[in-house]
Amino acid sequence: MPTGDAAPDSQSQPHAGASSVSYENVTKRYEGSAEPAVDKLTLEVAAGEICILVGPSGCGKTTAMRMVNRTVEMTSGEIRIGGHSVRDRDPAKLRREIGYVIQQVGLFPHRTIAQNIATVPTLLGWPRERIRARTAELLELIRLDPELADRFPAQLSGGQQQRVGVARALAVDPPVMLMDEPFGAIDPINRERLQNEFLRLQAEIRKTILFVTHDIDEAIKMGDRIAVMREQGRVEQFATPAELLMEPATEFVEDFVGADRALKRLALMRVRDISLWVAPLATAGEPTAAVRAKLDSPEVEVRYPLLVDAARRPLGWLSERDLRAETVPERADSPLGPVLELDDVMRDALADLLQAGVQYAAVVDGAGAVAGILSVEIISEFLASPGAKQDELEAVERPK
Amino acid sequence: MSALGGLSGLVHPSLAAIGEVGEGFFKERTEGNLPCQARTSHLFCWDWATEHIDRYGTPTLQQAELVVISVIAGFVIAFALGLLAHRVRWLRPPLLAGTGILFAIPSIALFLLLLPITGRGRETAIIALTAYTLQIIYRNVVLGLDNVPGPVKDAARGMGLTSRQILWKVEVPMAVPEIIAGLRVATVSTVAIATLAVFAGGGGLGTQILGEANLTFPTAIVIAMVIVIAMGLFFDLILLTIQRLLTPWRRVRVV
Repeated sequence: MPTGDAAPDSQSQPHAGASSVSYENVTKRYEGSAEPAVDKLTLEVAAGEICILVGPSGCGKTTAMRMVNRTVEMTSGEIRIGGHSVRDRDPAKLRREIGYVIQQVGLFPHRTIAQNIATVPTLLGWPRERIRARTAELLELIRLDPELADRFPAQLSGGQQQRVGVARALAVDPPVMLMDEPFGAIDPINRERLQNEFLRLQAEIRKTILFVTHDIDEAIKMGDRIAVMREQGRVEQFATPAELLMEPATEFVEDFVGADRALKRLALMRVRDISLWVAPLATAGEPTAAVRAKLDSPEVEVRYPLLVDAARRPLGWLSERDLRAETVPERADSPLGPVLELDDVMRDALADLLQAGVQYAAVVDGAGAVAGILSVEIISEFLASPGAKQDELEAVERPK
Repeated sequence: MSALGGLSGLVHPSLAAIGEVGEGFFKERTEGNLPCQARTSHLFCWDWATEHIDRYGTPTLQQAELVVISVIAGFVIAFALGLLAHRVRWLRPPLLAGTGILFAIPSIALFLLLLPITGRGRETAIIALTAYTLQIIYRNVVLGLDNVPGPVKDAARGMGLTSRQILWKVEVPMAVPEIIAGLRVATVSTVAIATLAVFAGGGGLGTQILGEANLTFPTAIVIAMVIVIAMGLFFDLILLTIQRLLTPWRRVRVV
């Protein structure tokens, strides 16, 4: 921890914290076009949350976002940040208090990384020493090697450049950030990394973020709440990712979320969220007759008992041969296979089952004790639950 | 002026009228008895060159002065026009056409055309030379400003830079390579064209070329030509150095 003892932010933070953003009947009409680009948009974004504006191209989501920092001027309506109308502010001054990240990053190629990050602090006339300290702090926040500070953007990879873009937007600790497809130009593997990094960052900084994307998977992953938009900025549904997947409000949302939304829901669930099968447990030395009785219980779905130690930690599956003895042996005949945890994401758990080529696996709690059994059958029953069935029914009806 | 009158039979009347044809050239040539000067087919005569090199000093300085003043004046005007065209887009076609027409006028014609308007002298030469630099510099200023990527300007605006700050802190610095490229072409061509300043009475190395109007003795012309080329390279090197100092980001190793 070489930088750990640096004084944590002794300077005053003029815009610390986050502010709410509210749209009230906001309309944008471009000159020469009959239809408004955004029509009477009303949306309430709570302080400190990531609000995703998602929708097909041309739905007005970027226009809606850009009206917040007045890079696009609204025709009518009102946008308030923390209760204050953006109309009352000088646009340039307003923008310095709102972080701005775009897909193409837009770093200044003729300025070093440090100078790029210092753009807004320099505009605000911060003293040199404060700028230097803040730049170092931000480089650490985005985990960029401080040696890169004096390089030029062309010397950095695309992912590094985008992280610098985020740092530059965070320089004066703005209460609101606008992000326009920030990871759209990054390859899938690095995008995943940057998304995770950004979520970790957001957990720390807790900004109010308006995040535009056309990618529903990214929306589900990144959003606290998602506004699904269609043409003219009409919000079809404004809900949490889970609500959006479980109860799409309209057909448009349902189509946009995709036929595989049931599968997508698995990404939002953990193993503990589903009811598991009861595990018939056996310990070494226990009479096999008692174990057989457990297997016959109506609530047990599996044919073999799970051998556990005194702390109920799983050791292996007992076979038919193991049960022929008087008492349960020390070692199980069949290997344990994959062991899942209650906190595993359901999608990953399913992947583990499929990869191991097994029908079910033991699930353990935080202490490693058996909590139940998860099977492919449980998951497929869940996928066939009413919400998912609706899709199938429609798929059948559509050809008419 | 009697000697000049005598020469008028040897050189073209219009050249004799320029009045800068040095009388000494001809005298020395006929009075001297060095062997290579006597031979008409000789391209370059070292003996003559070493003996007369000092007469190139003043014309060289005059020529350099013409170039520096014209290019600076041309840059100031063309840069201003470029910024104007950058802001007011409909001005682009007329500005391009205007500077293009100036550039297209044959240079000798422009020098001679200006004579009745601005009179003989250095100023006339500078006006003509400046007019020639405009097109190239103007075009490159506009090109350089246009080449700044949209996202860079978008990010600048989104972060709260004013239009003026975007121009001076982002667009102009990023256009430096193109602007200097234009200056380099303009400068080198001005160095060459400035040789014609003699027609407007502007001095320069043209005096030495015309002075040897006797085309059977090319040594004096060769010397003037070599000086012109060297001067072009010299100015080009200076501008290249300036560009490198102003654009360190262009030389980075891209990883």
